[in-house]
Amino acid sequence: MACSHPTNAPHPKANSASTTIKGGTKAVAEGTVATFSVYRGTAESGEMKTYQVPVAEGMVVLDAVHHMQANDAPDLAARWNCKAAKCGSCSAEINGKPSLMCKTRMDALPLDEPITITPMKAFPVLKDLVTDVSWNYRVNERITPFTPKSDDTDNWTLYQEDVERVQEFRKCIECFLCQDVCHVIRNHDKKNDFYGPRFMVRLASLDMHPLDTVDRLQAIKEEAGVGFCNITKCCTEVCPEHIHITDNAIIPLKERVADRYFDPIGKLKGALGLNKSRK
Amino acid sequence: MSSSQTSASSLPPLSEVKTASLNTSPALQVSTLGSTERPDAWWIEPVLSVAALLGFSVYVTWAVSQNANYHIGPFLSPLYSPNLQEYFPKLFQALPWLSPAYLVLWVPLLFRGTCYYARRVAYRSFLMTPSACAVGPSETASALYEGETKFPFAVMNLHRYFFYLALVLVFFHWKHLVDAFFYPQGVGVGIGTLVVGIDTVFLTLYVFSCHSWRHLLAGKLDCFTCSAVDKMRHGAYKRQSKLNESHGHYFWFSLAAVWFADVYIRQVASGNWHDTVYLFGQGLTTNPF
Amino acid sequence: MTNPTSNVAYETHEHDVLVIGAGGAGLRAAIEASALGLKVGLVCKSLLGKAHTVMAEGGCAASMGYVDSADGWKTHFKDTMHGGKFLNNFRMAQLHAQEAPERIRELERWGAVFDRTPDGKISQRPFGGHTYRRLCHVGDHTGLEIIRTLQDKGVHSGLDVYMEATITDLLKDGDRVSGAFGYWRESGRFVVFKAKAVILATGGIGRAYKITSNSWEYSGDGDAMAYRAGAELMDMEFIQFHPTGMVWPNGVRGLLVTEAVRGEGGRLYNALGERFMEKVDPKRMELSTRDIVSKAINKEVKEGRGSPHGGVFLDISHRGAEYILKKLPGMYRQLLEFADVDITKGPMEIGPTTHYTMGGVRVEAESTMTKVPGLFAAGEVAAGMHGANRLGGNSLSDLLVFGRRAGLGAYEYIKANNPSTNLSEEVIAAAAKRVTKCFDSDSGENPYTIHKELQDMMQAKVGIVRTEAELHEAIEALKGFRARVANVSVTGSRQFNPGWHLAIELENMLTCAEAVARCALQRTESRGGHTREDHPEYHPHWSTVNSVASQDQDGSMNVGEIPLLPMPEELKALCEGEVGIPKPAA
Repeated sequence: MACSHPTNAPHPKANSASTTIKGGTKAVAEGTVATFSVYRGTAESGEMKTYQVPVAEGMVVLDAVHHMQANDAPDLAARWNCKAAKCGSCSAEINGKPSLMCKTRMDALPLDEPITITPMKAFPVLKDLVTDVSWNYRVNERITPFTPKSDDTDNWTLYQEDVERVQEFRKCIECFLCQDVCHVIRNHDKKNDFYGPRFMVRLASLDMHPLDTVDRLQAIKEEAGVGFCNITKCCTEVCPEHIHITDNAIIPLKERVADRYFDPIGKLKGALGLNKSRK
Repeated sequence: MSSSQTSASSLPPLSEVKTASLNTSPALQVSTLGSTERPDAWWIEPVLSVAALLGFSVYVTWAVSQNANYHIGPFLSPLYSPNLQEYFPKLFQALPWLSPAYLVLWVPLLFRGTCYYARRVAYRSFLMTPSACAVGPSETASALYEGETKFPFAVMNLHRYFFYLALVLVFFHWKHLVDAFFYPQGVGVGIGTLVVGIDTVFLTLYVFSCHSWRHLLAGKLDCFTCSAVDKMRHGAYKRQSKLNESHGHYFWFSLAAVWFADVYIRQVASGNWHDTVYLFGQGLTTNPF
Repeated sequence: MTNPTSNVAYETHEHDVLVIGAGGAGLRAAIEASALGLKVGLVCKSLLGKAHTVMAEGGCAASMGYVDSADGWKTHFKDTMHGGKFLNNFRMAQLHAQEAPERIRELERWGAVFDRTPDGKISQRPFGGHTYRRLCHVGDHTGLEIIRTLQDKGVHSGLDVYMEATITDLLKDGDRVSGAFGYWRESGRFVVFKAKAVILATGGIGRAYKITSNSWEYSGDGDAMAYRAGAELMDMEFIQFHPTGMVWPNGVRGLLVTEAVRGEGGRLYNALGERFMEKVDPKRMELSTRDIVSKAINKEVKEGRGSPHGGVFLDISHRGAEYILKKLPGMYRQLLEFADVDITKGPMEIGPTTHYTMGGVRVEAESTMTKVPGLFAAGEVAAGMHGANRLGGNSLSDLLVFGRRAGLGAYEYIKANNPSTNLSEEVIAAAAKRVTKCFDSDSGENPYTIHKELQDMMQAKVGIVRTEAELHEAIEALKGFRARVANVSVTGSRQFNPGWHLAIELENMLTCAEAVARCALQRTESRGGHTREDHPEYHPHWSTVNSVASQDQDGSMNVGEIPLLPMPEELKALCEGEVGIPKPAA
């Protein structure tokens, strides 16, 4: 194959960014400078501070935060690890929307006005963009772990069709954006009554596991408080892993709880001992 | 209870956990409408939902209180389906002020009212818990919020029963669709047939994309492959799940179709509009009634 | 600025075993030690469950034989030794191959949900350098599945987890390790852990490079702390450059594109549309080992046949959208969201990225104990298992096998020695002084500037292809960096101050960088993850020794070599013949 400028010749099927720009994103002109308004402070006191950051092609908000740290504010506190939307560390609120900073592209934001970055609202601020998310870990401790029928895994037969549902839930990266956006936690502060969407997903992954032997319905109804969810679906909207939190985890759990605790026929069957054991 | 349950009492109470209400920094307090930092037009969706649902309710209230012009030729307004007048004529002769629609409307009302999609719309648009994501509700809403744990909202958990009743409705809608082919002059397909047909199809899609139905089909199973029956149920479940993704769309489409079917039949019955029909063996006929 | 520590105040926690690092190896070690009845503390720099294990994508190698029934530990052992160019600690490779399947079964019992075969067993996919289809996987997020499983198991194992705490120094009682010193990231307050044994599971050193798939945590803390405590660093010159990292946009340059793309049939092309692996490894093609593919890509780009952004093309689109979305959903979204490329429709641009440190702390195979009594190391921070080059998928299994062994090793060490946990106030004060001196000056440099320049220097001079002259320059440059780091200044308070954290980590990165450069200079040959332009071939002498670096009494770095352990004849026999070629993914 003859080619005079090999480095510039695109692959026959190349669809690099120079030729394909996805819908919703727009090219950012060279030399554009974005203005950020970032929360600096603690839970009790602080202020919104302004930073200017030059915008580069393909840049994300976390790149901008790194630029601020390297140039203007070395002590600007922000969590991050993988910078690839796989670890769920860099959760914050960008223009008021709970988002991962590493996944929010600058070309998807309006640059004519300052972009605000604030810490997650549902959790106590430690410093700047870092919040105390330890409540989530405390909740997780309360969930009874997976308890299989037998330990003889060599003889386990588990088909893909059976685990697919569970696998969707296990994609969760624990960014806690769903917990942050959930109004039950965010606005009503019902951290004692409701485990939040993340742990509904975890409970669903256990309750729907074909080999799990624990009867979890009472815990789902009482301790986890599935009834506090009013399925307004904001958790699903913000999930960076695109888990169908409401449709595939919470609603099915509500239905399972309804089977036992609300359905009069189910109750009657239970009273007469006609219910087949679920496990 | 299984013996493998960890005792929750050995864990510290969750109430010891620090809460977000400790965030008292003035810079973190948002005082704008709806208490949010969101600069986008988040309020459009709830405003449109309220407008659409209120408009529909006003129309339906008016239409059922008419107790007239809901039946013409082979067409019955879906608001009056099933036609109790036809099955219990003596009752309605005795009580001429009673619109038969009142006796059936509670079924679609409760089915739609407890529908998982409609709940999302209603909680967002009417109760504003919350109006949109990351938009704060009012203080009062916050103080009173109990989710669906207590009456009246706990009734939502009975959605499956309203689904069963909705199946009856679907059956009658299909019956009305079959009727809609039989014009006084013969068999044919008219604009009215299409209008009724669209209503029937969307209602069917709406009812069968229901979350409770998804649960009953196979969602309640933990193992999809443990028996031949389970495998069949799982196959149906997978197909229904595709439908379920569009449950919200079908909610609105079928609502619009019901409204238009009533408008159409009402206008034809009151003589304002004329139906047009292609009668088999007879050709196109305008104004068949 | 005045030093915020006028007198050293600290809190103390006491454990039997302290595990530093909560990735796969650390969690597995903690679970094992706890199951044996020890009181375990687990410290992590980040939140629990965010460690770099989460980034592992393609799978975990274990010869379960569910897909290819001919597979067994012997073949896995042979593949690993061939992949490591026979510099591996054979005993580690053997234990790893033998124990990996049981570690996988154990994960399943603890709730991991792997992808399944049509007959209901764990599905296994082919990967570079493995004779059989061997990688147990969950789509392209296997690491997430493993860390979450271990995390949930750990939560119910009675561990004391210290999240967002950074350990800066190991503390000793005489020769033995007896604890560790660190600080809470949140408050900057000091914390001292007393422990009879300490397990390092801190990962690698990738953050010393500019183009890397590693997260910020990979600053070589464990290597550097062990080195300062008297342990040896081994095989540090062997850095794995993963062939397929993203090259565009700049913000995600180096971000990993899983080898599973090639495992599932992805093909590499240069700008001329040539499948250049045909020339390099016609038998295994794209599924050749990572060192070979990386060098091949490097060559294509250097010789002007690269893609517009300085990589080559990787194309999986011929497998069809449905298959790609099922098997590589994360990659599909990663490329679409970060680079606007739809991999179901066309190729992506990729290039080599710093991925894994084969070298690390020298350990004993069975117990994972280092030269320092009571100090253990497992996972990426330990050396020996992978030799000169790691096979894809062998890292997750390494974590599980040697994580468990570290927990066991610590238990046996404690049982046999019942060591004391005395700590000296002076040492603690010195450790505190070391990490806070950067607050004393406000005339020094910004740590971010130094870090960026260090990364640029390492990438340019100690990168994929090295020369004697450049390595000398690198060693000189590192002296300069050391002087600058000694004088770094940090602004703000000690409360969650990333600039301060980086200033402390910089010293560790420098120690590791120096070990890499010096070992690379010493090894006058090319092998696995170490390529010398001036010595392009294997050299018989260097195939018999490992490189070691240790700290001299005066604080300078001593670099030398130690002979490989002699391999028993029956294991030698297993390694005969070439490595087979796996069948394509089902």
